[in-house]
Amino acid sequence: MGVILEQFPLYVQGFLQTLRICVFAAIGSLVLGTLLAGFRVSPLAPLRAVGSGWVTVFRNTPLAVVLFAVAFGLPEVGVNGSYFWFGVTGLTMYTSAFVCEAVRSGINSVAPGQAEAARAVGLTFSQTLSLVVLPQALRTVVPPLGSVIIAMIKNSAIVGAFGVGGDLYSVGLQLTSAQGYAAVGVLTGVLLGYLVLTIPAGIALAAIERRTALAR
Amino acid sequence: MSDTTPMVRMVGVDKHFGDLHVLRDINLEVAAGQVVVVLGPSGSGKSTLCRTINRLEPVDNGLIEVDGKALPAEGKQLAGLRADVGMVFQSFNLFAHKTILENVTLAPIKVRKVGKAEAQRRALELLERVGIADQRDKYPAQLSGGQQQRAAIARALAMRPKVMLFDEPTSALDPEMVQEVLDVMTALAADGMTMLVITHEMGFARRAAHRVVFMSDGEIVEDSTPDAFFSNPTSGRAKDFLGKILTH
Ligand SMILES: Nc1ncnc2c1ncn2[C@@H]1O[C@H](COP(=O)(O)OP(=O)(O)O)[C@@H](O)[C@H]1O
Ligand SMILES: [Mg+2]
Repeated sequence: MGVILEQFPLYVQGFLQTLRICVFAAIGSLVLGTLLAGFRVSPLAPLRAVGSGWVTVFRNTPLAVVLFAVAFGLPEVGVNGSYFWFGVTGLTMYTSAFVCEAVRSGINSVAPGQAEAARAVGLTFSQTLSLVVLPQALRTVVPPLGSVIIAMIKNSAIVGAFGVGGDLYSVGLQLTSAQGYAAVGVLTGVLLGYLVLTIPAGIALAAIERRTALAR
Repeated sequence: MSDTTPMVRMVGVDKHFGDLHVLRDINLEVAAGQVVVVLGPSGSGKSTLCRTINRLEPVDNGLIEVDGKALPAEGKQLAGLRADVGMVFQSFNLFAHKTILENVTLAPIKVRKVGKAEAQRRALELLERVGIADQRDKYPAQLSGGQQQRAAIARALAMRPKVMLFDEPTSALDPEMVQEVLDVMTALAADGMTMLVITHEMGFARRAAHRVVFMSDGEIVEDSTPDAFFSNPTSGRAKDFLGKILTH
């Protein structure tokens, strides 16, 4: 276990890199996923098709394949960037499909009369969604979204392994294979790093859940 | 636009739900200031008729105009037209996450772009008029059914609609709350509001309606004055319907 203290700065760097990946991908996938959920319930058929096509593709493709496609596909069509941004983009695209489905099931849990009344007073589709339906969907959406975000934090290890590097997972790999530390000690440190991310995320979600439940 | 432009005009309107022909060649005009009560057995298409007027339900065929303007297709323009048509639902459908005051001010602020202070001032006037100004900071679930329905009427009136549609506004209410809602509607009718009211309240139909329209199987079977309809229905279906309703 001495490795954790000896290599503490490296662990902190890895933790911060994982945190960066997760913060960008969480913001990106929450925004994109909510937008896609809006597409899926839109009155316009082409938007619905884009939404359901996106979900079908990204929910049924392994993350590693998505990352591969982004990292090698985007440069082929002339989009260049760092591995970090490719990794974040791939993780965002993948996670947004799950966010979309969680938000969509939340939208469906709101009584249809609410949207109908909103349309009847003259609100547009996007106003109906953002002012009336989504605020009421939030309550049912928070728990499944929590699971999606926690899964995303764990998936960030695949992004790290895919060449972004410098994240918690890559630090573990480097310490065991390149520097010859014993696996159990190294991995305990890595695990602790992930728990520091996932457990507060879970607590924060439970708090949000309580607050949205009270606001009625 | 001349004074004789009907507030609502439906010409040759047809609608199917799958194989079910719910509206059959509907022709209906409601003049400005007129109160029309729609009667008919359950499933005869009354709600569907009401909902096509602000295009909550699209139609297969036919023309629908509100104040001389044809209904636009889905989109911003349609939202604008809906704002001119007030609608009151059987199940109230107040926005559950907003207070009564916010329910009434939301659409004026977001659709009509009225300032917040002005919207609140006007909302309080309306809540006063329907007798629930003291409930303004509560959430819908904290109100009785009768109070919720009066709030829903205030919400619709806040848009200064040209016509008000009521789809069985008292059917979900406990008996002791029916009258308070009917009183608000009667006052509205007396003020000259154009109204299309689906109801089973025969007393309201006799007192407040200028016209009674009787529907059966998706068709308008009779269209006459309340007196003529209740004392002297011409069709067998209307006689049958009145027989069932009035003996209850
Ligand atoms: N969204 C819908 N999908 C399929 N059928 C419907 C729908 N809404 C109503 N109907 C059917 O259309 C007919 C007329 O319904 P409705 O207009 O609600 O009648 P009413 O209000 O006179 O009771 C009924 O047979 C009903 O079952
Ligand atoms: Mg009905």
